Amino acid sequence: MSAQTKKLPGKQRSSAPATVVLSLYIAGDTPKSRSALNNLNKICVEHLNGRYRIKVIDLLKNPKLARDHQILALPTLVRQLPQPIRKIIGDLSNTERVLVGLGIESTK
Amino acid sequence: MPRKKMLVRNRPRDSVRAAKPLRVLPKAATGIQGLDEITRGGLPKGRTTLVCGTAGCGKTMFAMEFLVRGAQQYDEPGVFISFEESAEDLAQNVASMGFDLKALIARKKVVVDHIRVVRSEIEETGSFDLEGLFIRLGLAIDSIGAKRVVLDTLEALFGGFSNAAILRAEIRRLFEWLKERGVTAIVTGERGDGALTRHGLEEYVSDCVILLDHRVVNQLTARRLRIVKYRGSVHGTDEYPFLIGATGISVVPITSIRLDHRASSEVVSSGVPTLDKALGGGGFYRSSTILISGGAGTGKSSLAGHFVAEAGGRRERSLYIALEESQSEIVRNMKSIGLQLAPLVATDMLRFHVSRPTAQGLEMHLAMIHELVVDYRPQVVVVDSITSLLSMGSISEVTSMIVRLVDFFKMNGITAVMTALIPTGEETETTGVNVSSLVDTWLTLRNSEIKGVRARALSVVKARGMGHSNQLHEFVMSKKGVELKSDAWSRKYA
Repeated sequence: MSAQTKKLPGKQRSSAPATVVLSLYIAGDTPKSRSALNNLNKICVEHLNGRYRIKVIDLLKNPKLARDHQILALPTLVRQLPQPIRKIIGDLSNTERVLVGLGIESTK
Repeated sequence: MPRKKMLVRNRPRDSVRAAKPLRVLPKAATGIQGLDEITRGGLPKGRTTLVCGTAGCGKTMFAMEFLVRGAQQYDEPGVFISFEESAEDLAQNVASMGFDLKALIARKKVVVDHIRVVRSEIEETGSFDLEGLFIRLGLAIDSIGAKRVVLDTLEALFGGFSNAAILRAEIRRLFEWLKERGVTAIVTGERGDGALTRHGLEEYVSDCVILLDHRVVNQLTARRLRIVKYRGSVHGTDEYPFLIGATGISVVPITSIRLDHRASSEVVSSGVPTLDKALGGGGFYRSSTILISGGAGTGKSSLAGHFVAEAGGRRERSLYIALEESQSEIVRNMKSIGLQLAPLVATDMLRFHVSRPTAQGLEMHLAMIHELVVDYRPQVVVVDSITSLLSMGSISEVTSMIVRLVDFFKMNGITAVMTALIPTGEETETTGVNVSSLVDTWLTLRNSEIKGVRARALSVVKARGMGHSNQLHEFVMSKKGVELKSDAWSRKYA
């Protein structure tokens, strides 16, 4: 991962890492969905310093995406960018594992 | 003419069924050859059946045939959720059974969804559920109005997720969900140590469990199927051999369950007019079983050949199961007694199935014969000879196989001729295999040297339902075929 972050900047401002694009797959407004979203927001605010985008995808509204995106467990958080794609499942309550899963080094 | 022994065995079952006709468990026919007979109609409709077994036992093929036949024959579209093979691989594998999966998918009769479970891709960060699976399954079911569902194999999930507690709760929920949706489902599971499945799926399936087995005995492989459990239904409890062939799976025997074949009163000629006369009724009853026993070179095959040629003359198909000689040898030998079998072969009125008894296991033989009969639909079958089957198993095993075979032929309205070799010096009225009581007609042939002449003789030991001759007839083979001399043996030689 470290090798990648070194390569990624490409542009002049090498100190600014790329924006992290995340998709959170949920199925309706359930306690688990809400807790996942809350946990995700908190982690991003604390560790990504504004360099992130979150898209919430409700599979109840768009069930075809479960198949197209190979989603099985819910909630699933997918890191679309930077490549490669990474998948994390669960309510994201374990912050350490979320950070490992997203490849983010803790700033604390 | 059903046998007494079997009738008695059948009776209690029938009376139980007659006493409680109230709620019969609805069943979904699988269309799998033989299975619906064993299960008396198929799998429990709207419920989930567990099909388990070791790797390579045929679980996927079994599940796929259930789905394909459902779509093709019973107008029940189906969803196949594959956790292991891709849709492409599946289509290729089932093509060997003659199923065109892609065409069914194109016609919206079948949906295949390949769910990849790769643990390294998944980081678990707290509580989750498998709602994604439910959504995908629900969508697939709704997209074609599916009535059948296969999950092959659900246990792959255990390789993908580390939180077994959540997984188990979700699997339990899945089975409930399938039941609510009212689909007839098959889930497959891999056989585990001392348990039916590695992860104990059997705990969740309460209605029907089928175990498939694939083992090697004496260097011969044999597939077997057993219904471990079928709640609320009568079913066969034996281990049944099965075969995965060019037309799908065939489970044998389909016969020990049903014994309601009708006895035909139609008589067909043996092909030897003088024998027809000696039998008293003008020949053999249609769909009866005839045993011809005798020493080497007494003319057993020749008699069978006459019957086949006669059937061909009536434009009936014959299947000749040759376990001792090759097809060309038989055709040549029959020609020497004036029987032209080659034209019958050319017009597909006669097919040979030549097989060395040792080349396959006993059950494989039974399964092969079964498949041939289902495929070719012959009116006449010759098994030449049943004695050679003895090299494949014990007398009791061979006898049991022949019992099933006889039942199977009768159910299909087939007139069967079986030959049995009697070793020189043995009693003439023995067969080496205890089948004489099963057959309807029994002819024995013998060679004798009397007054410096080597002569053949035939006697009708029994011919059920016919007033047959009790004499010993002189049996002559010439270029014109087989003939019984009208004057009795006793008068000529005694």
